[in-house]
Amino acid sequence: MTTENNGDQDNMETTTTPSSLSSVASSSKRKVINTKAMGTGLEARGVHAWFGNHHALADVSLDFAAGTVTALIGPSGCGKSTFIRTLNRMHEFIPTAAMAGQVILDGKDIYDPSIDVTKIRLQIGMVFQKPNPFPSMTIGENVLSGLKLAQLKTENKDDLLEECLVKAGLWNEVKDRLNAHGGSLSGGQQQRLCIARSLAVRPQVLLMDEPCSALDPGSTLRIEETIEELSSSMTIVIVTHNMQQAARVSDYTAFFLSDGGPGQMIEMAPTNEIFARPRDKRTENYVTGRFG
Amino acid sequence: MTTTSPFQDIKPQRPWQASTKDRLITFAIFLLSILASVVVVSFTGLSGKLGLFVSFVFVFIFVTSGRSYLQFGSAVAKDSLVNILVAVGTFLTIIPIASILFEVFSKGYKGLYPGLFFQDMSLNSPNDPANVGGLGHAIVGTFLLVSIALIFSVPIGILTALYLTEIKGKFSRPIRFLVQAMSGVPSIVAGLFILSAILYPITKNNSSLLGSLALAILMIPTVARTSEEVLNLIPNDLREAGVALGGTQWRTVAMIVVPAAKSGLLTAVILGIARIAGETAPILLVAGGGDRYNFNPFSGPMGSLPHFIWNSFRAGTPESTARAWTGLLVLLVIVFVLFAIARFFGNRKVGK
Amino acid sequence: MSTTETTYLIPEKRVVTTKPRFSDKVFRGVVTGGGLSSLVILGLIFGFLLYQGFDIFKSQGIGFITNSDWDITYDESGYVLSNQFGLASMLIGTILCAFIAVLIAVPISVASALYLSFYAPEWLKKPMVAIIDLMAAFPSLLFGIWAYFILMPSGAYWAKLLNNYLGFLPFFKNELRIFSNSPFVVSLILAIMIIPIITSISREVFAQAPLDRIQAAYALGATRWAMIRAVVIPHGRNGVIGGAMLGLGRAMGETVAVYTVLNIVFTINWQILVGAGGNVASMILLKFGEASAYETKALMAAGLVLFVLTLIVNFFSDLLVRSFGAKGK
Repeated sequence: MTTENNGDQDNMETTTTPSSLSSVASSSKRKVINTKAMGTGLEARGVHAWFGNHHALADVSLDFAAGTVTALIGPSGCGKSTFIRTLNRMHEFIPTAAMAGQVILDGKDIYDPSIDVTKIRLQIGMVFQKPNPFPSMTIGENVLSGLKLAQLKTENKDDLLEECLVKAGLWNEVKDRLNAHGGSLSGGQQQRLCIARSLAVRPQVLLMDEPCSALDPGSTLRIEETIEELSSSMTIVIVTHNMQQAARVSDYTAFFLSDGGPGQMIEMAPTNEIFARPRDKRTENYVTGRFG
Repeated sequence: MTTTSPFQDIKPQRPWQASTKDRLITFAIFLLSILASVVVVSFTGLSGKLGLFVSFVFVFIFVTSGRSYLQFGSAVAKDSLVNILVAVGTFLTIIPIASILFEVFSKGYKGLYPGLFFQDMSLNSPNDPANVGGLGHAIVGTFLLVSIALIFSVPIGILTALYLTEIKGKFSRPIRFLVQAMSGVPSIVAGLFILSAILYPITKNNSSLLGSLALAILMIPTVARTSEEVLNLIPNDLREAGVALGGTQWRTVAMIVVPAAKSGLLTAVILGIARIAGETAPILLVAGGGDRYNFNPFSGPMGSLPHFIWNSFRAGTPESTARAWTGLLVLLVIVFVLFAIARFFGNRKVGK
Repeated sequence: MSTTETTYLIPEKRVVTTKPRFSDKVFRGVVTGGGLSSLVILGLIFGFLLYQGFDIFKSQGIGFITNSDWDITYDESGYVLSNQFGLASMLIGTILCAFIAVLIAVPISVASALYLSFYAPEWLKKPMVAIIDLMAAFPSLLFGIWAYFILMPSGAYWAKLLNNYLGFLPFFKNELRIFSNSPFVVSLILAIMIIPIITSISREVFAQAPLDRIQAAYALGATRWAMIRAVVIPHGRNGVIGGAMLGLGRAMGETVAVYTVLNIVFTINWQILVGAGGNVASMILLKFGEASAYETKALMAAGLVLFVLTLIVNFFSDLLVRSFGAKGK
C-alpha cells in the first residue's frame, strides 16, 4: 500500500495500457498532504464487473492516494459509474451483478466475507448524481441521519452538525432553519446537504458520482469549492462528464473507454499531464474533443 | 464476450452472497435449533407442534443473532433478527396455502373417476359412495353462469377502464373510488340486490340468468381495475401518433390502444372469471341449485360447482363430504388453470 | 375624480379545442356511460335494498341496530303477530371478528411483504409472489370448508391454550369450555383470507419506495433493517394502513367461510373464545332459506346496513391509499 507516493504501481499494467505510471507518480502535486488524518487511501486491483452476462468493466487497477482528488472521465457507457460503485460495494444491489478483483482499504479487501459491509460504507461515503435528502427529516436530522442509521454515538451533535455543514459550504445558508425540511432547499443546496450528510460519519474516502450533473453552473461552482476544501482531509474520487470540471478539481485523472467490449481504464496520470500531454492516442482524441 | 477476450480466465464472482461455508453453518444452526426445540419440548411444559415451532424460532433467533452480534455488532444482529422474523411471517403466510392445497388434493383425488364429469346427481343420495353420480350438471351450470356474467361485465368493465384512461373526464376520481367500493361489496349483498330488484318483483323464480347478474356485479370491478392498469401501460406516444395521423379518438382507441393492450385485457377478463367461478353466497340466493342437467339459463334451478360442493358439504355424511372435497379439487384446478393462463398473458410485454 | 385610463387592447382568448366529430361524440358518450355504470349499480343496490327494507326500518327504528333480539311469530294463517328485529349482536360480531382478523393479519402480511421485497433470495421471490397471489384468488367456499375440517380443531386447541394462560382477562374467558365454532376461529380464517390481499398491497407500496433514497441510506452504512426503518416505512405507512382497511372491509363482508365455522347466536358476545357469535352476512344466509316474506324484508335491511358499513370502510381505505399515491409521486 502506498501513501502519498504512488510507488508500487506495477500491477497497474493491463493488456491495453503498457503505461509507465511510476514516472507519473513522482510528478508534482498541488498541495501538501497530511496523511495522518485520512487513512491510507484506496486501491483497486484488477476489478471486473458484470451485469448478468454483460461484462461491463474489465481489469481496472487504480491507486487513490490519501488526500488526493481523482477524476474519472470517459464517454457514456465506459463503466466509470460501475467502477465507482464497486469501490464501496453499492454495485451488489443490482440483482444480476457480479465482480472480480479486490478493493483494498487499510490493507484489507473490502469484499472479504469476514468484513462487515456496513462499516465499509461508513468509511467510504458516496454522493449520488441526483440530490437525495430524506424528505421526512429536517435539515439537521438529514445531516446526522448516518449516525442514526448506523447506530453510532457522538458526544456533541450540535458541533458535528455545524462542522459538517461548514465543510459542505452550507452552514451560512441554513443555520437559521435547521428544523426546516430537506426538500425546501434548492437543488444545489440539497446536494451540499447530501455531502454534509456523508461527512457526518467521518469517511476516509468520498466517492462522487457525477455530483453536479443535475445542477446549475452556480451550484456547480460551490460544490467544486467544497471538493477543494475537503480534499485536504480525505480521499476523493469523482466521476464527471465535464472535462473542465475534472481539470479544475482533480489532482489525478483516469480515462475510461469501452471499445464495444467491457469498459477499461486506458490511462491514469496527474491531471495537468492528461490534458496537456496524454500518452495514449485515444485519451488525446477524447480530451481534445475529437470523439465522445 | 468474444472468444478472443483476454479475460477468459477471470470468473465473475459474487463475494457478497453467502459462501458454501456460510450456508453450511446456517444449516447446522438450523438443525441444532430443531434438536434444541425437541429437547425443550420434552423437558418443559411446552408441547405439540405449536410448542415445537415457537421454541425452534426462539432458539434459531437467539443463536443466529448472537452470532452476528459477536461478529459484526448490534446493528447487524438487529438486521438478522428482523430477517428471521419476516421469514417466519412469510412461513405463516405459506402454511395455510400449503395445507389447503395438500388437503384438497389428498382428500379430493379419491372421488375422481371419468363418470364424474358426465353424470349428474339426479339419481343419487348423499349416502352413495363418491364414485357414483357426478358433477357434469354443475360444470355446465358454472359454465353458463360465468359466460352470461361475462356478457354483462366485460363491456362495462372495459368501458369503465377506457373512461378512466382515455377520456379522463371530471368524474375520474369519483369513479375510481366507486369501482374500488364496488370491489368491496359483500357477495351476499349482490345476491340480495338481484333478489330485491328482479327476482321478487319480476321473475319470481330462480334462474341462472339472475345468478349471472349477481356475479357480473362482483366481476365488473376486477375487470375494470385490471384493465385500467393495463391501459395505463400503453405509452402515450401511441395515442398521440394515432391522433396526429388524423385518426379520430374513437379510431385511435379501437385500432391502436385496445389492440396493443389485447393480451392484458384478456388477463383482466380471466382474473375476473377466477374471481367469480367459486363465488357461492349469491348463487345460493338466486340461482337455485338443481341436481340434474339444465341447459336453459332463463328458467329453472341451475346447478353449479359451488352449489354442488355446498350441498355435499351440508349433507354431512362421509360419502358426501368426500364428494365435496372432490368438487373443491375440480374447482381449485379450474381456478389454478385460469390463474396460470392470466399470468402467462400478463407476463407478455404490452403491445407485443 | 376623472382618470384617464390607459386601455390595453387585450385580445380575446381563443379557446383551442378539437371539435369532436360525430363518431367521437358517440364514442365518448358510450364510454362515459360505461364509466358511470358503477355509480348506477351502487345506487341501485342502495335504492332497492332500502325500498325492500323500508318497512323494517320504519317499524324498528334505531332499535334495528341497537337491539339484539330477532323474533317473529305468526298465527295459524301466517300473519305476523309480533316481530322484533335487532342487529346489534350480529354487527358487533362482524366488526369484532373482522377487527381481530386484521390485527392478526397485518403483522404477518407486512413481514411477508418486507421479506419478499428486501430479504428473500432472488430465486424465491417470483414463485412466492405467484403462490400468494393465487391464494388471493381462492374461492371463499374453499377457505370455509378447509376451516371447518382442518383449521377448527387446531384453532380450538390454540383457543384452549389462550384460555389457560390468559383466561383471567374478560376477553379470553370461557366458562362453557367449548372452543369450537367461536369468533376466535372465525377471526383466524378471516385473517388467513385477507393476508394475501394486505401482503400484495404492502408489497406494491414498498416497491414504490424511492430507489435513490434507499441507495443513500445504504451508502451511509445502513443495514437493510435500518434502511427499511428510515426510508421504506415512513414512505409506505399510509399505504399499508389503507391495505389493512381494505382487508377489514373484505373480512366484514365475508359470508360462506364464516357460515361454515361460526355458531350464530343472537346475543352480544365479547368473549371471543366462546363458541357463539354474530355475523351479519352469515346470518342472512342462515335465515334466508326459512324466512317468510316479511322476515326477508328484515334480511334486506340487514344487507343494507352491511353494505353501508363496507362502503364506509372502503371509503377510508381509499382515502389513505390515495393520499399515499399522491405523496409517492
